[in-house]
Amino acid sequence: MSIKFGLLALLERGTMYGYQLRVAFEESTGGTWPLNIGQVYTTLSRLERDGQVRPLPESEAGQRPYEITDAGRAELTLWFATPISRADRPRDELAIKLALALTTPGVDVRSVVQTQRTATMRTLQEYTRLKARSDAPADLPWRLVLDAMLFQAEAEVRWLDHCEASLVRHRPEPPSATAQPETAPSEQEARR
Amino acid sequence: MTNVLELRDVHRTHGSGETAVHALRGVSLHVVPGELVAVMGPSGSGKSTLLNLAGGLDRPAKGEVAVEGQVLGALPRRRLAEVRRRAIGYVFQSFNLLPSLTAVENVALPLELDGVSVRTSRREALRSLADLGLTHLADRFPDEMSGGQQQRVAIARALVGPRRLVLADEPTGALDSETGEAVLRVLRARVDAGAAGILVTHEARHAAWADRVVFLRDGVVVDMSERLAQPEDLLVRPEATA
Repeated sequence: MSIKFGLLALLERGTMYGYQLRVAFEESTGGTWPLNIGQVYTTLSRLERDGQVRPLPESEAGQRPYEITDAGRAELTLWFATPISRADRPRDELAIKLALALTTPGVDVRSVVQTQRTATMRTLQEYTRLKARSDAPADLPWRLVLDAMLFQAEAEVRWLDHCEASLVRHRPEPPSATAQPETAPSEQEARR
Repeated sequence: MTNVLELRDVHRTHGSGETAVHALRGVSLHVVPGELVAVMGPSGSGKSTLLNLAGGLDRPAKGEVAVEGQVLGALPRRRLAEVRRRAIGYVFQSFNLLPSLTAVENVALPLELDGVSVRTSRREALRSLADLGLTHLADRFPDEMSGGQQQRVAIARALVGPRRLVLADEPTGALDSETGEAVLRVLRARVDAGAAGILVTHEARHAAWADRVVFLRDGVVVDMSERLAQPEDLLVRPEATA
């Protein structure tokens, strides 16, 4: 996600100037994504260059509001209509860590799983506490952001539970650390 | 602060000889007023055994279970039944309200069974319903309520009168995610008001309503998660990119 779509969505509500956009952006993400005003203006100037927003005359106080153009509106509609691709997200370090733990001699995979689960559980508890505090209807956008984080953390715990159950059932033999030097390369060759 | 519930080095074995299953092996745990403790773990990890011991429905092979300072194993049967009735409330996955009684009658029932007058029981039951914002349901029968409403009434029943310990076994298991959450909010509020609770669940998102989460595996506590001081510090702050 880029700031670009956030600003387009906000401008779809009505014209706004830079500072207003910054405040509204932070409000709608529940403060989890702070922006500096420079980022707002850089993004606005790119949007203007691409014909997706248009600057309006400055107010008496010297603030220049922007409005969304038809091209910007089309871009925004396309964004809402397009699912976020999982491939766009960074590699999952945790999955890679567990895969490596499984094949590294001397690593207690169950305790790696448990350490992660406790940490993720703690995160879940804190999100839940924040959620418990926000019960007003006006808090709904913020609760949705929190819910997204909650469900992602929960998914991680469920996956860890699954990993643990799989470990109990099929614990693979860790690769021998004392493999014969002359056979090891040929085995690797064969795998290729 | 006095512990409402305390388990001290509790062991429990089901069966004997070669087929013996060590359901709990040296579990210690305490719960104070205002505290909700979630217990998580895979099937067979000892969650239900722990809850049965805490509720006085089962006795440990070794170790002690104390409710409100009274060691359950030391009590004669009649006295134990009294503690179970007066000090402990239960919430199950399947609500367990009596279908021929209204909400307020269901909530009043444990008190009436304990010899409290009908009038006083009803007053206490209405108070318990009011505490949970359920006064409007008082005269409804279970089949006139949604699952979520029935479960909230069950929580009111679990904590009616002087009872301060609630033992909840998968209380959200039969409910959808949003309704389950409403039930947990109620449980949380009741605990915040001074009760103590144990919540057995396999759903991390539900366990997250607890102050502490205890992980059981093969009858042993393998880890425990506690709250941090500053929740806001945990919020993800991704790098914003234009």
